[in-house]
Amino acid sequence: MCLAVPLCVKRIEGVMAEVELSGVLRQVSLMLTPEAKVGDYVLVHTGFAISVIDEQEAQVTLALLKELEEAGRQAEEDSARTDRGPGA
Amino acid sequence: MKYTDEYRDPATAQRLISEILAQAAVPRRSNRVQGSASGIRIMEFCGGHTHAIMRYGLRQVLAPRVVMTSGPGCPVCVTADADIDYCIALAHLPGVMVATFGDMIRVPGTRSSLQEARAAGASVHIVYSALDALELARKEPQRAVVMLGIGFETTAPTVAASLVQARDEGIGNYTVYCMHKLTPPAMRGILDSGEVRVDAILGPGHVTAITGWRAWEFLPQEYGIPCAVSGFEPLDMLQAVRVLVQAVVQGNPHVANAYPRGVTAEGNRVAQELMEQVFQVSPALWRGLGEIPASGLSLRPEYAAYDARLAFSVPAELLDLKPSEMHRGCHCSEVLRGMMEPPECPLFRRVCTPAQPIGPCMVSAEGACAAHYRYGETLS
Repeated sequence: MCLAVPLCVKRIEGVMAEVELSGVLRQVSLMLTPEAKVGDYVLVHTGFAISVIDEQEAQVTLALLKELEEAGRQAEEDSARTDRGPGA
Repeated sequence: MKYTDEYRDPATAQRLISEILAQAAVPRRSNRVQGSASGIRIMEFCGGHTHAIMRYGLRQVLAPRVVMTSGPGCPVCVTADADIDYCIALAHLPGVMVATFGDMIRVPGTRSSLQEARAAGASVHIVYSALDALELARKEPQRAVVMLGIGFETTAPTVAASLVQARDEGIGNYTVYCMHKLTPPAMRGILDSGEVRVDAILGPGHVTAITGWRAWEFLPQEYGIPCAVSGFEPLDMLQAVRVLVQAVVQGNPHVANAYPRGVTAEGNRVAQELMEQVFQVSPALWRGLGEIPASGLSLRPEYAAYDARLAFSVPAELLDLKPSEMHRGCHCSEVLRGMMEPPECPLFRRVCTPAQPIGPCMVSAEGACAAHYRYGETLS
């Protein structure tokens, strides 16, 4: 029920915007997110944009996840090397 | 799709799972929770999370160290029988067209659903948005369009927006039957009942996009329970679970925002103001939880002309219904409170299936029973 999908704002006319979903254009209301601009991604729920996606925060989260993944892989490689012992 | 695919990377998911499981094996510092052998219990409030967690098989990989339990966060599932009965009665009134989100149409009331009512001649129309219902009212000025206002904080502002627009345009044949509910009071209701042990809460991402994450600060402050607001992709949910497990193990309850691309501390002010303009907080009846004070929304007196409860009188005999035998075997109430897992219900999969649902948790795609049925988890 509280499903919302991130969609890109293509055009704005008054309080309505055109967003793109897999190549199909749809009309959504910007009544709840008047700050949305063309090019922004908005979370769309029942025909309304309820939140403008914060691109910077999205990048920070992705960087954090990447860091985590790399740190984990590094730790695994280190322990594999230790397990094998010297000269193995 | 942008902001979706990049949060589904399997290697990162695997890494997060390993970390979560390693963390969860650490003895807990907090003695609030007894018996660490039974695992850390995290309740996902939102039905969207229940569905996503089952879809990606996260329950199975996290159990038994971390046990995910479904909460009451499916607005369709928690709609009371009496409200459905009222909606059906409205749809039978001459000249009335009931407009509803599709999720609602198969939900059983005391004796039947809106779908059955429609088959019997009642006027029921599925809409994608409250604005579509408003458009129906514009197109059919001789009919009275009643929009069924269901949903939590995510949906309530959209219905509020439709009412403001109706008033601005002077549309006189549009009303709302308001059943909107608020999530923090339901969470309190579950915790206050003491029926289930909950160590941490996975906070609903899109509700919180509206309310802001500060709305959940009462969880650590009053109940000593951590909450992590989460998005709906696997990495979002795993990252939130990781933060929660850490908070439980370290005995450091706090609210974490694990969905910062969509959620802020203060939420959507415009939406909050619209809700305040149109709605007032009132008691609400929740299926499974009973009446919870200050947990629902009703229309403010300024919007009385748009209140379907006041605009129509419904014959009493349409509302005084006795539940059928089958209905009484349904355990959705227990499922909604996290007291029972769907496969434990004697009707699950035997009598109650998505094709022939008995209870709302099987009807709604986001209901816990439908998720269990669809993704084939058996009782461990």
